[in-house]
Amino acid sequence: MHANTIAQIARDLRNKEYSSEELTQHYLDRIQRLDPNYNSFISVTAEQALEQARAADKQLSEGNDNPLCGVPIAHKDIFCTDGVRTSCGSKMLDNFVPPYDATVVENYKNAGAVSLGKLNMDEFAMGSSNETSFYGPVKNPWDTNCVPGGSSGGSAAAVAAQLAVAATATDTGGSIRQPASLCGVTGLKPTYGRVSRWGMIAYASSLDQGGAITRTAEDAAIMMNTMASYDSKDSTCIEREVPDYTATLNDSLQGMTVGIPKEYFGEGLNAETGARVEAAIEEYKKLGCNIKEISLPHTDLAIPAYYVIAPAECSANLSRFDGVRYGYRCEDPKDLGDLYKRSRGEAFGEEVKRRILVGSYALSAGYYDAYYRKAQQVRRLIKQDFVDAFSEVDVIMGPTATAPAFEFGSKNADPVAMYLEDIYTISVNLAGLPGMSIPCGLVNDKPVGLQLIGNYFEEGRLLNAAHQFQSATEHHLKTAPTHD
Amino acid sequence: MDRSEITRLAELARIEITEATVDEAASSITDVLKLVDQLQAADTDGVAPMAHPMDATQRLRADQVSEENRREAFQAIAPETEDGLYLVPKVID
Repeated sequence: MHANTIAQIARDLRNKEYSSEELTQHYLDRIQRLDPNYNSFISVTAEQALEQARAADKQLSEGNDNPLCGVPIAHKDIFCTDGVRTSCGSKMLDNFVPPYDATVVENYKNAGAVSLGKLNMDEFAMGSSNETSFYGPVKNPWDTNCVPGGSSGGSAAAVAAQLAVAATATDTGGSIRQPASLCGVTGLKPTYGRVSRWGMIAYASSLDQGGAITRTAEDAAIMMNTMASYDSKDSTCIEREVPDYTATLNDSLQGMTVGIPKEYFGEGLNAETGARVEAAIEEYKKLGCNIKEISLPHTDLAIPAYYVIAPAECSANLSRFDGVRYGYRCEDPKDLGDLYKRSRGEAFGEEVKRRILVGSYALSAGYYDAYYRKAQQVRRLIKQDFVDAFSEVDVIMGPTATAPAFEFGSKNADPVAMYLEDIYTISVNLAGLPGMSIPCGLVNDKPVGLQLIGNYFEEGRLLNAAHQFQSATEHHLKTAPTHD
Repeated sequence: MDRSEITRLAELARIEITEATVDEAASSITDVLKLVDQLQAADTDGVAPMAHPMDATQRLRADQVSEENRREAFQAIAPETEDGLYLVPKVID
């Protein structure tokens, strides 16, 4: 049963091959037996999941036609879940039980999906390897000596190890796409403003976006139909109709122009990874696409710009964690200042503290213009590169990451080494565009991903392009070795 | 990035940085700032800063009460409360 996709499960449930309760129990058993190998879950909500499954079975017997009804998914532990601990991978929120559901969580509940639990992640979504979680690192199911990527490492690993059919995740600098690439699964980050951020714990508010990790593009389309919505409670949410992303999956790609940025195939890219990506682009030629070389000249400035803007926004967003109203409070605070400083000092991990300090610096008097304002100007230049490119091409493609999954600890010597992991993904967040990663082959028995970047609100076109590729190739069907 | 600068930032951010870790913090933050200094090479004359990917502006709504008072639910998870107030150590002597 666990090899199935949302689409297949939707058919099976209605054909009564099994019930949602049986399917959910099957996944819960798998999690219990296998997750100790990966540590992808922070909280497993077995009783609630079975209750939801029974409710879904009743709905199904009454003719419910939502493809997610009764399907076991899991949420990245960054989405607030009413009555269920939401830790954001941090000691700061180890005891935090939200009194409300994020809009994304509510959307899935209304669709009748079953939630198996909350997935592990880099602390406060800051990281590219899932090594900074308070709950321990997540291991890549393809090679447990290697990282799954981050920050949505738990989401990618759980789907890759078939411990959940699909997972929600978030992406601020690549945190859906890069782990999807390293774990051999499909990941979609929608256009900024497409998915509500209400109840999604904020890291960098102008960059954060919720999305999904699945086994197939078709499943990602099904997830998007439920996940995307206009929400007046999120003032950055764009008011725009949500199309049926599944309706256009089978459109022909004949005549579509694909842009290949020359800056993405430079010296940082591992040769074999590049070869798999180039082979994938050849497949797109066979599907009727025209391939065109393009340039995104400000690519090199993306990482520096991001590492001003994201820390600056994070320093503001994380100032709410002060030990007063929720979350961790230090013991025996001497005075209010001590309460703030020790609660935050004791409960935030090193990377989080580092980014808060960098952000405070970039925003402080005397440095604001040189750092934050400058970064925002560069951000406009980066966006303009894409606007210019999209006047000539329909979709942009390239590698998602420079290489397959790396070993634990290998990029921890200095923070910048880890930051360079996001070199192909980060510009997309700065510009606010939609991006996907789909599996395109193995290098040394580990997966690598093809990244697709679309114009604003063209998730449908990306999903269509990804689905056509998956209909003609089998990379996405490969599964990680089992650890039974 | 020297020690005194780190101590100043830690104060601004209200985060305790222990003596033992100040030097490490200074060194790693210096590394990040070196990365970030690459921005200075960019020609941004006449370029308007961009705060939002689609230059959206803040939506406004009617000034009407639309939320229910859920103070009890919100305070149930607080470290210390009394009479609907959050308790912290005394600030004024």
